[in-house]
Amino acid sequence: MKNRISFKLDVRAYTLIIALIMIFVVFTILTNGDFISSRNITNLSRQMTVIGILAVGMTLIIVAGHIDLSVGSLLGLTGGIAAILQVWYGWSTFPVIIVTILAGILLGLWQGWWVAYKGVPAFIVTLGGMMIFRGILLGISGGQTVAPMNESFRVIGQAYIPYVIGYLLTAVLIVFAFIMVARKRKRRQKLDLALSPVSFDYGTVIVFSVLITLFVYMLNRYHGIPVPLLILLVIAGIFIFVSKNTTFGRHIYAIGGNPEAAKLSGINIKRNILSVFVIMGALSAVAGMVLTSRLNAGTVSAGQMYELDAIAAVVIGGTSLMGGVGTIVGSILGALIMASIDNGMSMMNVPPFWQYIVKGMILILAVWLDISSKKKTAS
Amino acid sequence: MSILEMRGITKEFPGVKALDNVNFKVKKGEIHALCGENGAGKSTLMKVLSGVHPHGTYDGKILINDKEQNFQTIRDSENAGVTIIYQELALVKDMTIAENIFLGNEPTSNGFIDWETMFYEANKWLKKVGLSIESNLKVSNLGIGQQQLIEIAKALSKNCEIIIMDEPTAALAEEEVEILINILHQLREDGITVIYISHKLKEVMRISDSVTILRDGQTIGTKGIDEIDESGIISMMVGRELKDLFPYENNKIDEVILKLDGYSFFEHKSKKPVTDDVSLTLHKGEVLGIGGLMGAGRTELATSLFGGYEGKAEGSVYIDGEKYEVKGPKEAIDKGLAYVSEDRKRYGLVLGMDVAKNTTMASLGQISSLSFINQEREIWETEKYNKKMRVKTPSLETKVVTLSGGNQQKVVLSKWLMSGPKILILDEPTRGIDVGAKQEIYKLINELTAQGVGIIMISSELPELLGMSDRVLVMADRKIMGELSKEEANQEAILKLATGGENIEESH
Ligand SMILES: Nc1ncnc2c1ncn2[C@@H]1O[C@H](COP(=O)(O)OP(=O)(O)OP(=O)(O)O)[C@@H](O)[C@H]1O
Ligand SMILES: [Mg+2]
Repeated sequence: MKNRISFKLDVRAYTLIIALIMIFVVFTILTNGDFISSRNITNLSRQMTVIGILAVGMTLIIVAGHIDLSVGSLLGLTGGIAAILQVWYGWSTFPVIIVTILAGILLGLWQGWWVAYKGVPAFIVTLGGMMIFRGILLGISGGQTVAPMNESFRVIGQAYIPYVIGYLLTAVLIVFAFIMVARKRKRRQKLDLALSPVSFDYGTVIVFSVLITLFVYMLNRYHGIPVPLLILLVIAGIFIFVSKNTTFGRHIYAIGGNPEAAKLSGINIKRNILSVFVIMGALSAVAGMVLTSRLNAGTVSAGQMYELDAIAAVVIGGTSLMGGVGTIVGSILGALIMASIDNGMSMMNVPPFWQYIVKGMILILAVWLDISSKKKTAS
Repeated sequence: MSILEMRGITKEFPGVKALDNVNFKVKKGEIHALCGENGAGKSTLMKVLSGVHPHGTYDGKILINDKEQNFQTIRDSENAGVTIIYQELALVKDMTIAENIFLGNEPTSNGFIDWETMFYEANKWLKKVGLSIESNLKVSNLGIGQQQLIEIAKALSKNCEIIIMDEPTAALAEEEVEILINILHQLREDGITVIYISHKLKEVMRISDSVTILRDGQTIGTKGIDEIDESGIISMMVGRELKDLFPYENNKIDEVILKLDGYSFFEHKSKKPVTDDVSLTLHKGEVLGIGGLMGAGRTELATSLFGGYEGKAEGSVYIDGEKYEVKGPKEAIDKGLAYVSEDRKRYGLVLGMDVAKNTTMASLGQISSLSFINQEREIWETEKYNKKMRVKTPSLETKVVTLSGGNQQKVVLSKWLMSGPKILILDEPTRGIDVGAKQEIYKLINELTAQGVGIIMISSELPELLGMSDRVLVMADRKIMGELSKEEANQEAILKLATGGENIEESH
């Protein structure tokens, strides 16, 4: 019975990658190669980090069958709290980070409690949250821009990793990937499970290694790996693992897929939903600090409309708004696609109104493609 | 002579050849049964016929009244006079009965919906299927059996020539089955052709004029009903003789494992309990059958005991001599309870997830440490239960939504077996399951009782209830009406107790 496990390619991930490559090619041609210059690649990867971090949390929320419209305000508020603590109260960077994340967790608890334990639809709770958090931010900041941040805080959003360390991290990552594949193959062999061909398993890792090395090389030709990008990658890595390999992750997918069946299987729906919102709160706080650090200020309007970008990224990445289906990798790619379009069109001096229109069209197209490809495989 | 002919139909899905050169011929005005094991391809054949799988996605020809048909959509097939009632009910729960019956066909005057005509017509069709309820009721208020009848009313309202019913009686209680049989006979008199899929062979023998048998996606043969008997159909279906459908073993009954004493359950603040003053005992290694009509409160008893409702319990429950407080499914599972629900799509499975993930869903603890899932272990365990239950699936990473109904049921059973229960509650465990698989499930019941598991089996199929239970309790109106020993239990005794309580809402 060795062949019971089908040999499976993640079609959706590949479509996204192809779409991304096409976008890159088009902009590279239209900008005479400026688009893939080291400098622009660096900019692009910095630009996508805030939405990327939000998209990680949003994926969990949407997979669980909910939505969070408040993340933009949540991000603005937590970013503002960080700025106020540091600028007005003179706190040093480390306690600011801790307290800001705690604030994010607390706000997440608040919303999660309403959704999970009081049964108010997430759409309503977070629509309320969107207004409440923006209101609080306006209140505590008195409408002022709070600046400037300390040197050490600016590291979060502005600094770069030294070249040597960047390459070292890459090497570690590649070695790790090889070890993981080897370990997986060994364990499957021991349990007498089907294995994909050696060439395929190691081929994927090799392609991945080459790409990542090339990418790091490009970044290092400019200033190095941006710290916020590293933060995003670490967060994404953790949650990719959590979503695939932990009972918590599995529970989220089950709840989103069929809450009634999940409940009767002994899954604690309320606690899991609460946890998802808490994670979203914490991640919004991290994103808020990255933004505050990058702008070197806390502003009242920070993060406005970011919730929509985050949701768009998640949906483009193939997550279903019905819940139960979606991947974090997809959402990160979705965020990258959105950021690339923004960045490329800005480079070409396309007026902003066109940028909105194009992004909107891409969103609809992406979902349509997804739906029609699903139909084809179904019948 | 033949109103319908399907020639050389082949249909492939990724990894499965569901239909392999199937030939199928139906005469005008007959009731033609379609039989076969789970996954034999019955539903797929009917989906091809009704345009769910459009022309071009399969090979072969469909002829209706000798004219070739190329259906692109369900609408096309309906226009050609073919209506299908699916195995899975497709009603909009939040709409009224009338709206459901005329969905997409609303009677209008001057372009606006003519509500009066709609309700009037709907009531007429309801009467035709023997339901004396008002058509302005919401479907969500109805039980699954009544919903099935609504589906039939809906199909009838389309004035079709060929009506396909995919396991229409799977969810019906005995008296509802009678109504259905009457309706079918009436249809035959009106010259309507019925294609009828069912795993209940007694019914097939009783109602149909001819029967076609499929096995592994191939036509095994078509027979007139007087040329064949039940065991003939079975051996054509499974390709071998099948003896002793109910392999009942006189179970060695051991100490008490579950005891309910004056147990009632109140949902939220409602005054009326979902189960009312129930007392019962279940022993290790015993099969306790629970009979009753649709809506007698059997499912509610099981669900509430399992912690599926929010609310308050009264009376006392002991598991293994220890007091048990109803809290939630998690706690119930920890105490060794398992509940195989009657509605697998709604309560049993996450349809978009694969076979492996569904199987391990209630036992993730077993395959993880520190809440990290061991994926290899997961596949290994699933493989084990899959083999035991003989689930027919292309791979363990196949989404359960694509499995045939019977195989989905087997996945649900695997899930609960894996949780290692001490008390297993089976709610209509063989609904939609073929005879071979049924017998496997009965054997499994024996295996479990031999290991000392106590089993509560809720069933509307009297032969099964009588064939497999050590004792039978009968419920009506949320109460226990009486208990019958193996010797006392027979069809009449059960029905008498089941109807002896208050009058049941429906009349016919
Ligand atoms: N949409 C689909 N995608 C992939 N495979 C499918 C799909 N629909 C059906 N199948 C497969 O085709 C085969 C036949 O399934 P079908 O539903 O026709 O069986 P059936 O005879 O109706 O069984 P049951 O009595 O259990 O309802 C099964 O192996 C099933 O897994
Ligand atoms: Mg079927």
